[in-house]
Amino acid sequence: VSRPRRASAAGVLLVAALVLLVTLPVWLSQHSYYVNVSSQILLWAVAALALNVLVGYAGLVSLGHAGLLAMTGYTAGLLLQAGYGHIVADLGAIVLTLAASAVFAVLALRSTGIGFLMITLALGQIVWGVAYRWASLTNGDNGVNVTSRPAPFGISLASPEAFYYATLLFFLLAVVSMWVFVRSPFGASVRGTRDQARRMTALGYNVWLVRFLAFLLSGFWSGIAGLLYVYYHQFIAPPVASLQASAEILLMVIAGGTATLLGPIAGAAIVVIIKNVVSAYIERWNLVLGLIFILIISFMPEGLVPGSVRLARAGRQWLRARTNGWAARPAGERRS
Amino acid sequence: MNVWLTLTVNSVALGGLLFLLSSGFSLIFGLMRIPNLTHGAFFMLGAYFGVTLLARGINFWLAALASAAAMALIGGLIERFLLRRLEGQVLPQVLLTLGFAFIIADVCLLLWTGDPWQPATPDHLRGAVQVAGLYFPLYRLVIVLVAVVIAIGLWLLVDWTRLGAMIRAGVDDAPIARVVGIKVSQLFTLVFALGAALAAFGGVMGAPYLSVYPGLDFEMLPLALIVVILGGVGSLLGALVGSFLIGFLYNFGTALIPDLAYVILFLPMLLILVLRPQGLFGKVPT
Repeated sequence: VSRPRRASAAGVLLVAALVLLVTLPVWLSQHSYYVNVSSQILLWAVAALALNVLVGYAGLVSLGHAGLLAMTGYTAGLLLQAGYGHIVADLGAIVLTLAASAVFAVLALRSTGIGFLMITLALGQIVWGVAYRWASLTNGDNGVNVTSRPAPFGISLASPEAFYYATLLFFLLAVVSMWVFVRSPFGASVRGTRDQARRMTALGYNVWLVRFLAFLLSGFWSGIAGLLYVYYHQFIAPPVASLQASAEILLMVIAGGTATLLGPIAGAAIVVIIKNVVSAYIERWNLVLGLIFILIISFMPEGLVPGSVRLARAGRQWLRARTNGWAARPAGERRS
Repeated sequence: MNVWLTLTVNSVALGGLLFLLSSGFSLIFGLMRIPNLTHGAFFMLGAYFGVTLLARGINFWLAALASAAAMALIGGLIERFLLRRLEGQVLPQVLLTLGFAFIIADVCLLLWTGDPWQPATPDHLRGAVQVAGLYFPLYRLVIVLVAVVIAIGLWLLVDWTRLGAMIRAGVDDAPIARVVGIKVSQLFTLVFALGAALAAFGGVMGAPYLSVYPGLDFEMLPLALIVVILGGVGSLLGALVGSFLIGFLYNFGTALIPDLAYVILFLPMLLILVLRPQGLFGKVPT
């Protein structure tokens, strides 16, 4: 297939996907449950896209991103509870999360690889500790209730459909921002620090600064996901900040395929759907989470999106080789 | 007994438990270069094995040893058949251990339900001993004593035996150790099993004191992580000092500033990361 034709095929698919996403509430008009699940997928996809900036493009695996997401959600929730308006609460939450991301980045970027993973894990645990133990501030185990969703320009987001469209808007913004990021010189330099940190230094790049900025970008979109989360559930509690939540976001990225635009989105869809389906029947979500982790890492380490492409290609080649080999043999041998 | 003295005794006892947990974690980290995120789960599963055996009326020390042996087997199998497949790929290995942590946590919830289990302190370890006119709870002292004995045992093993020399060689430079004929991958299995056994033993020792409940695993794992970052990866002395430091910080923090006790635990770790990233007793990687 020639390049332009493949590009136009991708364009058609993109438009089809967009149309599907925009008209989804129409198809599911009788099933607000599925509209809600779709909102969940989109909001977790934003979180997974955010983490993918670090895991996929910068090669820095964070196990503390749920902490950032929860911090935004908690800040917004607490500010709302204290009587501030939605605009102040949301902006305050995002500003605080960006500041926290900067602090996280300064500490975690003392190291890369496993060190980075451990420091982010510890930082995430600190957020969890504040959420769970500092009960006078965060209400501890009881969590924080958010009584109302915002109504931008007088449009109420109370219904599942309205909230779906708001989430879709932020999701699309996140996708566009990632698309621009990957193609920008900044995106290229982030990938450079992942693949050849030393050469990047030799070329005059400030590797630390590039990673720091990537962390901020990741923190910003994690914060947006946190806002979507707290408005979707209208409630936030310590488990959102737990190591398990961080691991779930990481699973979305890894399951779908790191360093791809589509991977984290597919991963979020898979994890949210499995989680909803599994929890409907049994309580063993952690078991399933762990098994998926192990299976994917052992058998499809590159993730489902690139992995399926690889398997499909290998399968097609295998089929072709078989049929060709069969046809090429002399007629007398074909009977067996 | 004076409040401060009680706090001190509790701190030392918790320090002892943390050493049992983190010494294995530190050895595994030093040799295999991965933080074993299943370690908290080993601690919890070991504790559950222990309380189950105790409920059947089995002797306390026998239960602790049996639980350690079972966990050594499980740890060895995980290392030999799953981690080994990913040798040299550090990140997938870490994620694999995380996956196991979730599986073990959920299986424990399934088998032992969500209620906490707290075995009675064994009869012969109950009561208090009088030292210099002050009474100390016997069991807490026993925990410390066991931790000290195991610390000495580990030190003798690592510093004075042929096996220990091989482990040290593997920690310092695995490729060169291979070149001189040390089967480093066998050491991996051995050290992983040993670490799992120590964690399980610690879990049983801690059960009458901490009790066993779902979530204990992910409560202990960050503590092991902090201890090892504080003390330095692969250093037994570092694990010992770090354990007691965190033991004190945890107990005094909980008593004085309950809201922030958990957060305070992480402060020395952050300080160490900024000032001395290799840890108090860690070697600078060459």
